[in-house]
Amino acid sequence: MTEMDSTATPPRMAEVHVETAVGPKDSELSRREVVFDVQGLEVLYAGVPALTGVSLKIHKNAVTAFIGPSGCGKSTFIRCFNRMNDLIPSACVEGTILYHGADLYGSEVDPVEVRKLIGMVFQKPNPFPKSIFDNIAFGPRVLGWNKGLAERVEQALRRAALWDEVKDRLKESALSLSGGQQQRLCIARALSVEPEVILMDEPASALDPISTHRIEDLMDELKQQYTIVIVTHNMQQAARVADMTAFFSVEVDEDDGRRTGILVEYDLTQKIFTKPGDQRTEDYVTGRFG
Amino acid sequence: MSSDAFRLRSRSRGDRTRGVVFQALLLLSLAIGFVTLGVLLFDVLRRGIPYLDATLLTKPPSASPEEAGARPAILATIYMMGILLLTVVPIGVGTAIYLEEYANKERWYNRLLDLNIQNLAAVPSIVYGILGLAFLVRGLGLGRVLLAGALILTLLVLPTVIVSAREAIRAVPDSIRQGGYALGATQWQVIWRQVLPSAIPGIATGSILALARAIGETAPLILVGALTYVSFNPTLMGPFTALPIQIYQYISRPQDEFKLIAAAAIIVLLAILLTMNAFAIWLRNRYQKRW
Repeated sequence: MTEMDSTATPPRMAEVHVETAVGPKDSELSRREVVFDVQGLEVLYAGVPALTGVSLKIHKNAVTAFIGPSGCGKSTFIRCFNRMNDLIPSACVEGTILYHGADLYGSEVDPVEVRKLIGMVFQKPNPFPKSIFDNIAFGPRVLGWNKGLAERVEQALRRAALWDEVKDRLKESALSLSGGQQQRLCIARALSVEPEVILMDEPASALDPISTHRIEDLMDELKQQYTIVIVTHNMQQAARVADMTAFFSVEVDEDDGRRTGILVEYDLTQKIFTKPGDQRTEDYVTGRFG
Repeated sequence: MSSDAFRLRSRSRGDRTRGVVFQALLLLSLAIGFVTLGVLLFDVLRRGIPYLDATLLTKPPSASPEEAGARPAILATIYMMGILLLTVVPIGVGTAIYLEEYANKERWYNRLLDLNIQNLAAVPSIVYGILGLAFLVRGLGLGRVLLAGALILTLLVLPTVIVSAREAIRAVPDSIRQGGYALGATQWQVIWRQVLPSAIPGIATGSILALARAIGETAPLILVGALTYVSFNPTLMGPFTALPIQIYQYISRPQDEFKLIAAAAIIVLLAILLTMNAFAIWLRNRYQKRW
């Protein structure tokens, strides 16, 4: 990966929103290592901006949540971190995301390597139509890590708190698991390639409350070793699991009615939910809007 | 009569009659197809079964009905199906993978390709025959050989295989691809280890059905020079005939016995066809994926 001088980027949009894109001040979190430094990010679909002017820093070994109403671009945003938007031909990402100081969108960066280091769990559990074992083993296998595969699979399943439930049925189809188990399987699968960051795009929105609770507990444990970024619709969930919360909203253009996502406020979760600095955030977290 | 009882009666006799007539017409259309097929089958079986014996399967054609068989034609048909499998499946599946996984569908040339493949599937088989005569037999100088016949059948059913393989590939949910990419798999790994294994039942079914179509083709083979009388085993680069052509040749002979031998050969052709279709249905049911 290329080391890139962060001052060389012209964060045009960052300047516009610079006062809203603040991080935590004077907190223990703010002194932690920065994993992602987003500067003036804009995402366009077929030339139309879906998300614009986002600048924020994501800290190591913390859970960072993105909340906001539908269409605010939070899912679009999380997909920028592992370059999943590259798979959509019409999508275009502008601005900068620095990953430990290196430009994630630099010309020498291979998106395949990015996705190995920065794992992802999707909204709907998406186990492969294979056995439980083969689901977890897929990642290590494509990377050519064939030694100690069984131990690696066990370790990933243990970390995802699924081992005890599936250890006697590793050869069974992953599709025979319940929805909550499938999602923990997908988390274990993401852990199997030893990522540093795990992105979760509404990981519990298709699950029942008990399964949701287990996933939330898991996030709390996983943040000891990993950096977690989560998109959620559920404000209580963000309040329960996240150390930092970013609130996104939709701005409607008065002339052509175009809807563009913007970052309204980013701060410690506690602050966002108790004394938000922006009226729009307050309206949202108190349920007056969205 | 009370008004309630009146309300429960049919609106008019005409309405009811129209309904019955409509249903009868539907049944009639169904019957036309089925009865015709049934009569044909019955007729073929009644005539052909007595002649369906070892002679038919093992002897070459002959001038005397007692000696006449269809071994060269049956063998040639089997050879051609084998070659067809080796050519049409890799080319067809390769094309389908490219169009579904790599081609940017917003580009005009990819849309043009797409449209053309669908059109190709509707081109009459005789046109393919002319193409084969011009380019394979004469242009490439292959001559009137079995390979030329197999290659022209390849071109004939290629669009069908491409279309069915594309449908099978498209049926694999995007979430599976995304799951693979999110683990750091390359596009090649995602296609080879996730998409193709999931699409194989659909691809296999489509390919077999395409082969079943090719097995009954006569016109393009006649144009690339399949002979009607071949008394020796076919070779790749030698003259050949095929089962449908052999059947046609027997029927056009004056002696009645040959028409019965033709009926027996039709049974062989039908048996091969039905076996292939049954295998396709079995494959589809056995490996059908539920997401």
